[in-house]
Amino acid sequence: MPTTTGTKPPSTLGQKSFQWLDDRFHIKALVDYMSDKSVPRHGRSIWYYFGGISLFLFIVQVVTGILLLMYYRPGADSAYESVRFIVSEVSFGWLIRALHSWSANLMIFAVFIHMFSVYFEYSYRKPRELTWVSGIVLFGLALTFGFSGYLLPWNELAFFATRVGTGMAGAVPVIGENLLVIMRGGEEVTGATIGRFFGLHVAILPAIFTVVLTAHLVFIQRQGMSEPIDWTDKPESEKKYIKFFPNFLLRDLLVWLIVLNILAVLAVFLPDGIGLIHWPLGTKADPFAPPPPVIRPEWYFMFAFQALKFLPAHLFGLEGELVGIGAFTLGGLIWALAPFLNTKAHRGKPSTPFTLFGILVLLFMIGMTIAGYILE
Amino acid sequence: MAEQKSRRDFLNLLLGGGTLATLGAILYPTIKYITPPASGEANVTQLKLAFKRSDIEADPKKAKTFKFGRDLGIILITDTGELRALAARCTHLDCTVQNRPDLGILWCACHNGRYDYSGRNISGPPPRPLEQFAVNVVGEDIFVSREKA
Ligand code: FES
Repeated sequence: MPTTTGTKPPSTLGQKSFQWLDDRFHIKALVDYMSDKSVPRHGRSIWYYFGGISLFLFIVQVVTGILLLMYYRPGADSAYESVRFIVSEVSFGWLIRALHSWSANLMIFAVFIHMFSVYFEYSYRKPRELTWVSGIVLFGLALTFGFSGYLLPWNELAFFATRVGTGMAGAVPVIGENLLVIMRGGEEVTGATIGRFFGLHVAILPAIFTVVLTAHLVFIQRQGMSEPIDWTDKPESEKKYIKFFPNFLLRDLLVWLIVLNILAVLAVFLPDGIGLIHWPLGTKADPFAPPPPVIRPEWYFMFAFQALKFLPAHLFGLEGELVGIGAFTLGGLIWALAPFLNTKAHRGKPSTPFTLFGILVLLFMIGMTIAGYILE
Repeated sequence: MAEQKSRRDFLNLLLGGGTLATLGAILYPTIKYITPPASGEANVTQLKLAFKRSDIEADPKKAKTFKFGRDLGIILITDTGELRALAARCTHLDCTVQNRPDLGILWCACHNGRYDYSGRNISGPPPRPLEQFAVNVVGEDIFVSREKA
């Protein structure tokens, strides 16, 4: 039976269309479900917006990425030329590339904030363990997006950053050699590597990302927004909420509009980026040329890059970078499994060791990043 | 009862084994497929360079890189006027090393790795020395070969 008992017969066109859809898909149940949800309101509510901002920037990535696809041609002889064609000949080509690059950087930044705020708020505690894990997977995929996209313009910087990045994979014990060959499509970074990274960047990653993102969003819709941990023992009367639908959603949209404006201003006035976040096309990659005096990865890989620079050749009888990769793997594992390891949070209590670990990770990342830019 | 159970065990084994076999049959060819065939030019032991000593001297870095089979090589002129050829791929994470005549070393820009002209890793992260190649000059031509053929 339709669920319209007790309401007036539809009159306007909007109500009629709604009725038509509702008869077929039971939309009303969905709207009711959403209006039931509420978002906790407190001093740190601002952090709730960063997940939505990441989502919005991802949508921008999809749209601008599809537009870039229309002119981009992968391959050692065509990649660089096609990007130059986009930015110099195609109408607004520079704008689309600038939007794609800016939005990529802002997205990673928003994702970092989102992840750290969830971590420090212990929002990953039961029942949101899998929401956290799917988020970590999305984070890894986002970094892989960045890494695979960096090579595509086939310029000098991209070429060497990719040699070193894939060289890191080659340092993994046992499977490293095979991994490196699979990633590069051969022993060297060549046109074959562009082909692989291109396929990864525009087909494989988007497909996997969309599936995991959907799961992540469905989890969040099922669970609602997490309440701060210090609310656990608060009487109901002292907790404040706002409705998710439409109040919070409208605020979300307003924030998206603001982000869109920031993005537009950055892309129009700084199409090549600025300072450390910089993507000039530069010169075409030449496999025989020595690397330029300053070679560096994107800012979000800088901390890892710099940490490897600091490591001596040998440590505890092992190769230095092996120790580094091992430490990163271990740290990442603890990070990803925090909801399962942090049993105190499940009982609604903050846990000092986990907070300290988070602060340590944050300080390490910031410290290494700063060192990386200063010491070059 | 006991017979029931063993039959179920058997079926489970069949089902589990079948699933594993199916996954294997999908994954094995896929991984093999994405591993590119080896390039044919692996065993180059000697190479005649496409440039002359004067070309190297003309280079501001007093060095040139060349492809040596699967490897990338670098040939340079030391301050005593000697020609030296070494592997150009940094043993750390695979950047290309470059000559620094001002420092008298081979230098990797990626993580500040340093090698002396006989390929020894003297500082920075590189864990191993660079392979040194033998250089033979016949008239104008420069031949580079691996030490052990
Ligand atoms: S790649 Fe040469 S020092 Fe790291």
